[in-house]
Amino acid sequence: MGLPSLTLLGQSLLSGLFIGALYGLLGLGLSLSWGMLRQINLAHFALAFLGAYLTYQLAGAGMDPLATLAVVVPFFFALGVLMHWLLARFSVSAFNSLLVSFGFTAIIEALIQWIWTADFRRMESAYGEVKFRVGALYVALPELLTLAMALALSLLVWAWLRHTYTGKAMRAIAEDAPIAAAFGVDVRGLSLLLSGLSAAFAGVAGLCLALSYTLAPGQIYAWLGVVFAAVMLGGLGNPLGPLVAGIVIGVSEALTMALTAPAWAPLVSFSLLIVVLLARPGRI
Amino acid sequence: MRARALAGFAAAGLGLSAVPFFGPPAFYESFLYLVFHWIVLAVSWNILSGYSGYFSFGHGAFFGAGMYTTATLATKAGVPFLWTLPLAALVAAVFGIALGAVVFRLPRLRGELFALLTLAVTFVLATIVLNTPIDGGPGLYLSAVPLPAIGPSPSSTFYLLGLALALATLWIAREVQRSRLGTGLFAIHDDEDVAEVLGVPTYRYKLAAFGLSCGLAGVAGGIQAMFISYVTVGETFSIAVPLNVVLMSVLGGSRHWFGPAVGAAAVTALLYAFTAGDYAVAGHAAVGLILIVVILFLPEGIFGELIGALKRRRVPAMPPIDAAGLPAPAAWPGKPEGQALLEARGLCKAFRGVQALAGVDLEVRRGEILGLVGPNGSGKSTLINVVSGHFRPDSGRILFEGRDLARLEAHRIARTGIARTYQIPRPFAHLSVLENVALPAMFGRDAQARADAEREARRWLAFTGLAAKAMSLPGELNLHQRKFLELARALASRPGLLLLDEVFSGLTHAEIDDAIRLIREIRARGATIVFVEHVIRAVMELTDRIVVLSYGRVIAEGDPRAVMREPDVVAAYLGKPRA
Repeated sequence: MGLPSLTLLGQSLLSGLFIGALYGLLGLGLSLSWGMLRQINLAHFALAFLGAYLTYQLAGAGMDPLATLAVVVPFFFALGVLMHWLLARFSVSAFNSLLVSFGFTAIIEALIQWIWTADFRRMESAYGEVKFRVGALYVALPELLTLAMALALSLLVWAWLRHTYTGKAMRAIAEDAPIAAAFGVDVRGLSLLLSGLSAAFAGVAGLCLALSYTLAPGQIYAWLGVVFAAVMLGGLGNPLGPLVAGIVIGVSEALTMALTAPAWAPLVSFSLLIVVLLARPGRI
Repeated sequence: MRARALAGFAAAGLGLSAVPFFGPPAFYESFLYLVFHWIVLAVSWNILSGYSGYFSFGHGAFFGAGMYTTATLATKAGVPFLWTLPLAALVAAVFGIALGAVVFRLPRLRGELFALLTLAVTFVLATIVLNTPIDGGPGLYLSAVPLPAIGPSPSSTFYLLGLALALATLWIAREVQRSRLGTGLFAIHDDEDVAEVLGVPTYRYKLAAFGLSCGLAGVAGGIQAMFISYVTVGETFSIAVPLNVVLMSVLGGSRHWFGPAVGAAAVTALLYAFTAGDYAVAGHAAVGLILIVVILFLPEGIFGELIGALKRRRVPAMPPIDAAGLPAPAAWPGKPEGQALLEARGLCKAFRGVQALAGVDLEVRRGEILGLVGPNGSGKSTLINVVSGHFRPDSGRILFEGRDLARLEAHRIARTGIARTYQIPRPFAHLSVLENVALPAMFGRDAQARADAEREARRWLAFTGLAAKAMSLPGELNLHQRKFLELARALASRPGLLLLDEVFSGLTHAEIDDAIRLIREIRARGATIVFVEHVIRAVMELTDRIVVLSYGRVIAEGDPRAVMREPDVVAAYLGKPRA
């Protein structure tokens, strides 16, 4: 097999960057709730797909895809708050949160299949058609939007945690919730807020999924391995971690696909993860 | 016990295998086959995940590996169907062991991480199968593969195959639970570090359980491939297998070999009811809902709760036993007292720049009680952790009986005859007090059989005054009793060297007197004792010699009274007087 042309290589690097941004966006909420609330929310993927289907539905009814965020984000925020309330009510351990959210995943998947059937769905929108030409390379608008949103949200959360009073209180909760509570931090309220935000981020990721991908209920699990790899590589609770790690994974996958065969791409994130876990065990 | 169980299994096998010869509708046989199929998957999953607590979300991958092995061999290589089954088991088991050999080496691999890694592996494998000639996309048809006529009809053949495999799986799960492997796995579930320090080869045990678990799933996959006769990646590597299997085990109760079978029968019947009524999707949702409800309200599972209730009602009466029959622990014949038993040379250990041990030289003499004292953070507990193998030293040597322990795994160190206690007691929370103490006797230097180990454990419980609590769970003990449980557990391995980490802290005056008496008696039986202590009264009363540590170095050693007056020692505790 000869080396692929430079243009092809450039195009695949670019697509790696963009898909990496989506990994990062999907991983953001996951990383925050795992790192700061010790809840491993498998249902995050199902939520993102639910968001995608909602966007699809609303856009089908004539709404602008971006405007659907006004509906999806508050709704998902409420869902996240509700879910955290349930988990906190039964003081579910990190491990059991994984099992409970596994259950939620199955329910949401069934709901999606019941409403939208198992058929493939593709959102038609004006955004999908727009492409920019940069030199010999093409950039599609939905991908650019995804990158922009991933960057914006990650940086916003980073700034919030770093520079505001509530953000610092949130970091104190992540460090040690009972001690933070003893010093007057509103653990309950802030945890509900963070959980709501995580779910809202899933809604935003859902919009990006709907813009670029064909939807099917079974696809929920396709993202799971890679995104969890990005979350763990990026460091739990680190708001910039998933995006950086996601882009590293996306680009490595794209290179692997370009240089070998597409079949080996899924191995990339897994091997990266194992290598990092072996080399830097303290990270998780 | 085993003979009766074997008879029970044989009777169940004979009775159930007669069913097809009464000519029931094929439809019932197929339904029962599915029940057996899920019993195999759930019970095999439980061997690693239920017993040891490492929940695998990747059972679908091993099931799928078996499915594709049978499908590939039967269609492309013309191997007769039944011959593909052992190969399906082999491929799945090798795949599982290879994966385990990597992930179980990860330091600080927690349950959550294992669950996610195994889940990810499922999709990695699915993508590879899909994009390589193993499948390539269209799926594999097995309709042309001849099915051996074991029963009167094809559906009864599957019924009989499923039945045989289900009984075999249940038998294996039962034997594992009652074997040393099972005991070790249950200890890993509660506290893996402590299990390792008490002599359980945790890494090998997890690998063995994983291999068994995957191999059985592989056979189930092989039979299922033939049953559905059309194998696709999408159906095989779906989330349904891990989701259902986790639910079945959690629902039935994952701490008993039979629990998952109860859950499997219940969930299969439920799913079948939904599918028959054309509500397959609703069935999927119901499985999710039940999983949530069970985790929140029934953490022990249906069968687990039942067993728990039965156990509470029937506490077996045990004949009284006293400490009289205790063996003389660890007499090392032919070696005089006073010689070095353990020597540390230049031990160093740093944690991210904190030099906890900075070149410790130390000698423990045969038959003595050595006190290890020093201010907080001086490295006493680290020293115990390094000697017992919990941490590896960065450099230096630890010679025990002339053998270097510095590079040995903790369970091997335990087998050389070193035992320790923890400052904050770390009993196995789900094992009874008796089982807690019997475990080190099974995995210690003498590797006793279970019955002998339990007999000896009861003697040690009598010795430490815990005989009445033998059947309690450690959670029901108070601090004083938990400290003595630590002691009994360390003694049960018949150690030559006993490392005691602050046994006296938190005890009342009278309880300390009790403990001092016990430690004197232990020494009188021939053990050598190192103890870390802050209670100076106990140090002065018990020790022959003391060693003082400060900032990871030995700053003084010798006669307790003389050493405690040395200016360096006083300064280490109280600071230097101002000139």
